[in-house]
Amino acid sequence: MNRLSLWMLRLILLAVLATTATAADFDYALKPRQIAEGTWVLLGRNEDFTFTNGGNIVNTAFVVTGAGVLVIDTGPSRLYGEQLRRAIAAITDESIVKALNTHHHPDHFLGNQAFPAQLISALPPAIRGIATEGRGFTDNLYRLSGDAMKGTEVVVPSQPIEPGEFSIGGHRFEAFSLDGHTASDLVIYDHTTGVLFAGDLVFNGRTPTTPHARIGRWLASLDRLDALAPRIVVPGHGEISELVGSNIGAISQTRNYLHWLESTLLRAAQRGLDMTEVMTLPLPPEVRGLAVIEPEFRRSVGHLYPAAEQDALAHPHQH
Amino acid sequence: MRLMAIALLLICVTQGMPAHAAPPAKAAKDPLQSARWEDMRQLLFKRQRVVFDERVKVVAPLTAENALNVPIRVDASALPGVRKVVVFADNNPITEILRFYPGLSQPNLGFRAKLQQSTPVRAAAQTADGVWHLGGVWVATAGGGCTAASFGSASLEWQRRLNEVSGRLWSREPEAGAAANQQRLRLRIIHPMDTGLADGIPAFFIEELKLTDAHGQLLMRIESLEPVSENPVFTLDIPAGHEGGRVEVSGRDNNGNLIKSWIEP
Repeated sequence: MNRLSLWMLRLILLAVLATTATAADFDYALKPRQIAEGTWVLLGRNEDFTFTNGGNIVNTAFVVTGAGVLVIDTGPSRLYGEQLRRAIAAITDESIVKALNTHHHPDHFLGNQAFPAQLISALPPAIRGIATEGRGFTDNLYRLSGDAMKGTEVVVPSQPIEPGEFSIGGHRFEAFSLDGHTASDLVIYDHTTGVLFAGDLVFNGRTPTTPHARIGRWLASLDRLDALAPRIVVPGHGEISELVGSNIGAISQTRNYLHWLESTLLRAAQRGLDMTEVMTLPLPPEVRGLAVIEPEFRRSVGHLYPAAEQDALAHPHQH
Repeated sequence: MRLMAIALLLICVTQGMPAHAAPPAKAAKDPLQSARWEDMRQLLFKRQRVVFDERVKVVAPLTAENALNVPIRVDASALPGVRKVVVFADNNPITEILRFYPGLSQPNLGFRAKLQQSTPVRAAAQTADGVWHLGGVWVATAGGGCTAASFGSASLEWQRRLNEVSGRLWSREPEAGAAANQQRLRLRIIHPMDTGLADGIPAFFIEELKLTDAHGQLLMRIESLEPVSENPVFTLDIPAGHEGGRVEVSGRDNNGNLIKSWIEP
């Protein structure tokens, strides 16, 4: 029995080692798409995090300026960041001069490991958010995205970015410090090409997410974006959106959804609905077309309904 | 070394088995196929009769993002003569979440709870004949809800507002899923509801809540326990035709602090 057990143990260990050695790295199959002069986007899927998509539900972008490459968001994992760098290197010989994180949600900064730490930049509140909450987000993404997360660790951006204009090569950029999707949302507008990198203040065809949202602030930020009258908007999630008539489709779509969400929750609270009843409300046709609407609406009820219902309850009486 | 090898072999063998082993022949078959069901039955019901009954509904999201605030609604109103309802979660470190005793109100209650991991969430409604009728759902969550400190424990705000009640009574219009003209009562109480499982923070929670009408008749008594969420919100329904005036709210927490308030119609 003793000899047999040892033999079995060796066999098991061998099997384990063999599996580990042959497991190929997750391939995101990143394909940059040029949308303007020197400007490329990598569009993620309009889905939730899964083992199959490896967390690639987010848009990243880069601008080849003639004096180096500006990267906007680094993706959901170390492997994504490395594959993004290879995709950039396949297009240009220019070196990366700056990598930005638009906000502190994990799909936008967990590719940081692939970039030189001294080049990674974000707004100061987002840097603090990544430093304090980044670890928890990472654990959660390991749970949701599995093997694609292999070796991913939090790299906190080292360079605070100031709002205002900055130029790299032939491109004149402007950084905006906004909020509403989170407490700190960075938006980059390229005055040279008219491309607006909106981060998660704008979603297109996919239901906006609200774990750290303040809807009123978010709507005010969308007004600021509209005022820029950008030619093309790169949303944080979903297809790019081009100027049609006097407004940008994706900005209006996001605004309409937030208005609907806010009024739905307020009305439900005024009617006295329990949270579970709000989660199962029928969804109207105007939002049913958005990707992952059902799970995202339920998540948003969890995030936002407690405040709405508190407003609907009368002021306290004390004996 | 030998022991280790045997242990490894055992792991391999058990992993090869079907995920849900057949329950002992005499036990009622658990539709949720929880490994903890037999323990739950022993712990909560001993030798009393237990049946799985679809008339006892538990509504909760299949995936709960926030383990500190998992919305749960129990509705046993399809079952006549309910005198007590126990809500529990098989895999929670503190399994019982709350108990309620419907008086004149419907045997339904909405609230939110803390879950430590993915778990069946069940309600057992006891009828006058002593039989327990069970319903439940699985709730998946990343967990950690029970061992986290309350937000209240980190601020002094709650000390000033402890046991403050805000609430509202609705005369409801007939609508899908609601009985015509029944009244809805919702109330929220400021309380940290600490489980005692977070380091250095003792258990501190509302133990009893009594809702009576203006004539002193009992609407519902709730025995809440540690897993009920911080600043609990309760939702319940009062049948049509009951003209009880304002609702008196009274109760206490496990430190003896009293709750005393009322809700105007």
